[in-house]
Formats: sequence, C-alpha cells, structure tokens
Amino acid sequence: MLWLWDNLDLVLGLTADHVRLSIIPIVVGFIVCIPFGWLANRYTVARTILLTLGGVLFSIPSLALFVTLPALLGTRILDEANVVVALCIYAIAVMVRGAADAFSSVSRDVISSSTAVGFSAVSRFWTVEFPLAGPVLLASLRVVSVSTVSLLSVGSLIGVQSLGYLFINGYQRDFPEEILIGIVFTVIVAVLFDTILVLVGRLLMPWTRATRRRRWVTSATASVSA
Amino acid sequence: MIEFHSVTKRFPDGTLAVEDFSLVLPSRKTTVFVGSSGCGKTTLLRMINRMIDPSSGSIEIDGVDIASGSAVALRRSIGYVMQNSGLLPHRRVIDNVATVPLLKGVKKVDAHTQAMELLDTVGLDRALAYRYPSQLSGGQQQRVGVARGLAVNPNILLMDEPFGAVDPIVRDDLQQELLRLQHDLDKTVVFVTHDIDEAFLLGDQVVILEKGAQIAQVGTPKEILANPASDFVASFIGADRGKRRLAVDSTVSRSGDDVVLVDGAGYVAGVIEAPGGVLPGAGAGVSTNSRARSVSNKTDQAGDA
Repeated sequence: MLWLWDNLDLVLGLTADHVRLSIIPIVVGFIVCIPFGWLANRYTVARTILLTLGGVLFSIPSLALFVTLPALLGTRILDEANVVVALCIYAIAVMVRGAADAFSSVSRDVISSSTAVGFSAVSRFWTVEFPLAGPVLLASLRVVSVSTVSLLSVGSLIGVQSLGYLFINGYQRDFPEEILIGIVFTVIVAVLFDTILVLVGRLLMPWTRATRRRRWVTSATASVSA
Repeated sequence: MIEFHSVTKRFPDGTLAVEDFSLVLPSRKTTVFVGSSGCGKTTLLRMINRMIDPSSGSIEIDGVDIASGSAVALRRSIGYVMQNSGLLPHRRVIDNVATVPLLKGVKKVDAHTQAMELLDTVGLDRALAYRYPSQLSGGQQQRVGVARGLAVNPNILLMDEPFGAVDPIVRDDLQQELLRLQHDLDKTVVFVTHDIDEAFLLGDQVVILEKGAQIAQVGTPKEILANPASDFVASFIGADRGKRRLAVDSTVSRSGDDVVLVDGAGYVAGVIEAPGGVLPGAGAGVSTNSRARSVSNKTDQAGDA
C-alpha cells in the first residue's frame, strides 16, 4: 500500500487517462449502433451482413489491430488514435448485435398502434421504438463499457498511457503490488462506468422499474379496486 | 358517412383478403363487422385509416376519397382502439391519453387537462393518471385505450376487437360503457368482432362476413335474427341449432306468473313474465305453447362465444 501513496499522482493520472480514452469508444459505439441496429432490424440482408461483419471484427486480436491501424489510418505508431479507433471498432462490433436485438424486442402491437393513431415514421422511431429498445440497448452498452475498459490496458503495450502501464511496469520489475493496484483501479473504473450507466438508465427509463414492481402494486391495489 | 366502393385487397403473398366490397356505413351509427377469423374484417377496418391500402377500389369519408390527403393526418383525425389496448408502455396513462393532441401540437397543459376529463368520461379514477399501463388491469387498460381514441374528438372511432382479451364480466362492463358513450357522444363507430352476441348488442348495423369479406347479410340485429339470409347466417347466429329459438317449457310446473323458457336443445335459457299464463304481446289464446324469440339470451350461452 505504501507504494500506492508514494505514486498516487502517477496512478491517478493513469486512471484519468484510462477514463478519458475509454469514454470515446463507448459513446461512439452507442451512437453508431443506432442506425446500424435499425438497418439490421429492418432488412434481413443487412442483418446478416452487419452481424457477420461484427463477429469477424471482434475476433481480430486487439494487439494485431493496434499495430495495423497506423498503416490504415496514416497515424503515427504511438498515436492514441490507433487504440481509440480500434476500441471503437470493437464497441460497434458488439453493439450492432445488441442494437438489432433491441429494436426487434419492441412489441409489434405497440408499433402498429402508434402508426394507427398518427405517429409519422420519424417521430415513431425517436419517441416509441428508440426508448422501448432502451433496456436491451443498455444491457449491450454495459457489456461494451466493461470490455472497453479492460481492452484499453492492452494499448499500453504500444505505448498509449493507461492503467495497463502498471501491469507492464510491475511485470518488468517483478513487483506484484503494482500489478494488483493496476487491476484494482481498472475494476474501479469499470464498476464506476457500469454504475453510471445503470443510474442513467433508471433516470431515463422509469417505466422499466414500474413494470418490475407490478406484481406488488397489483396485489396491493387489488383489494381496493375490487 | 364512410363509403366502400368495390374495394379489393390482395396481399403480396397472394391472399385475397377482401374482394369487391361495397357498403355504406351511416354517420353517427355503430356498424359492426362480424365474422370468423381470416374473413377480412380487420383488413376492412384498417383500410379506413389507411393502415392498409386497397389494391383497387376507393373509400370515401363524407364524400372525400381518403387516398387524396396524407395518411398521417387522416389517422390523427380518426380514433383507433385495438385489442390489448396498444398503449405506449413507456408513457404514463395521462400521456397515453394525450398522445395524439400532443402530436398535433396542443400545449401540454391543455392536453393534460383534457386527458383528465377523458378519464372521467371512460369511468377511470383520476388517481390512475400517473401510473404506467403495465400497472393497470386489462379492463382499465382498455378504458385508457378508448380515452386515447376519443382524445382528438374524432367523428369516427375504429375499434378492432377491443374487448377480445378481457374476462367476460369486464367485457360486459366495457360493452355497457361503450353503449352509454355512444349514446352521449354520437360517433360513427366501426367495430370488429368475432362474437355475434357482442355484434347484436352494440351494432345499429351488423355486417356478417364470409371469407374474402363477402357480405353474407347486412341489417339491424332484429332483421338478421328474424330473417337469416342464408344457411351460413343462420348457422353463424346460432339459429339453426335452436340456440336463439326459445320455447316455453311446459313440463315445469309454474309458480307465480313466470314461465320457464328453453332453447332448441332443451337447455333452460331463462324465464319470461306471463301473467295468468298469457305471454305479453302474444294474441289471446296463445299461451304456454307459444314460442318467443330472444335477442339477448347471451348470459346462458357462454359456450356460444
């Protein structure tokens, strides 16, 4: 523990880098997956292509992708952008399937009755389909969030600053305490992100909690309404 | 007034759902489309608000072809109530009722005030306004659905088997409520059901449909019961099995002024007042051997639904 207090600035600085670099892929994955998910849900052909592509992309080893991207993007080999772009690709690869499932989880009856009462296609998408796809979208986003936070550590192998530095440095110096602290702080970041996502979900989707309480509510009001 | 002119609908898979259908649905009356599943009755209903476009023929509302304007504007001017209510699960009851006024740009405060009044109209406690649909019973959800259908004060209300998924007691309740509403509000109601008792109870004009939306018979419930146009109609309304043909049961000894009625199969259907052994409305001398027709013997015909 003493090592942590002595190096608190280093650890907190790396944690800040870690947070900063993992937020981008999570946000990008979420935004990009919405049109892709809609397409995949709308057209069977698009679904097959997008989900296969997602599966293939996700199977590329992260280190291989990190070192290939500079050639493809024209960036310098040590550029942060390489890691961020690679993690965006992984995030999208995971989120596309989740988003396709999310949009197909919305009840046909609700969509059809929304059309029948006079929603235009655009307003129906944003005010009915998108919010109702929310719970499943959130579930995928939580997976993406955790996987991004853990994958980012690999970026340290190509010199991008993150908590992964503590693993490499600790390993090279044969100093387990440093590795342990790296793990603990990575977990803290992952749990922090997850908690934020769950809280935001509760705030934006209050009806999901109302539904979960349903059993209790109906039994409590049954005697009243009867 | 809604007019169908030789309307045909063939779906892309080749199914001929509606074939050359022509009919006038009078204003401020309830027209019920009744038939077995797959007869095209829902397709007919959904063509009125352009959820489905006809393959050929035209539909006019008050003399205007509905295909001439925008589908979205048309739908916003017509109330729509469906089975399982079709409410938005992520909106509170009050927002569900106010959905269409809000879409049309009515101010939220005004839309909510009006929505509260509509809850009264359909007999719902205002305390339910801030619940989510999933927190209501099936019957309450249907009432919210009706309130939503009425929210833009439409001239036309389309109802697609709205009471099909609720239990019989609640259904009775909702049917009575609809009769009361129709009495007060005077809408042109188009109602789809497969339940002939419901059709006879609610319809001013009942349209019995065969496959391909072929009209087997159109008329008031009385006309149809009195003169079924074909064996199909007779069988559909249950007349051939004697379910609606009631006779006085002479084997039961009378106590008081009521006599027992039985249906064609010999099951007890109810009682009828017969002071001094004479049925009301029957001519002199016609007594316990006469037969009476009943329009609403439904309570004892649960198996018929």
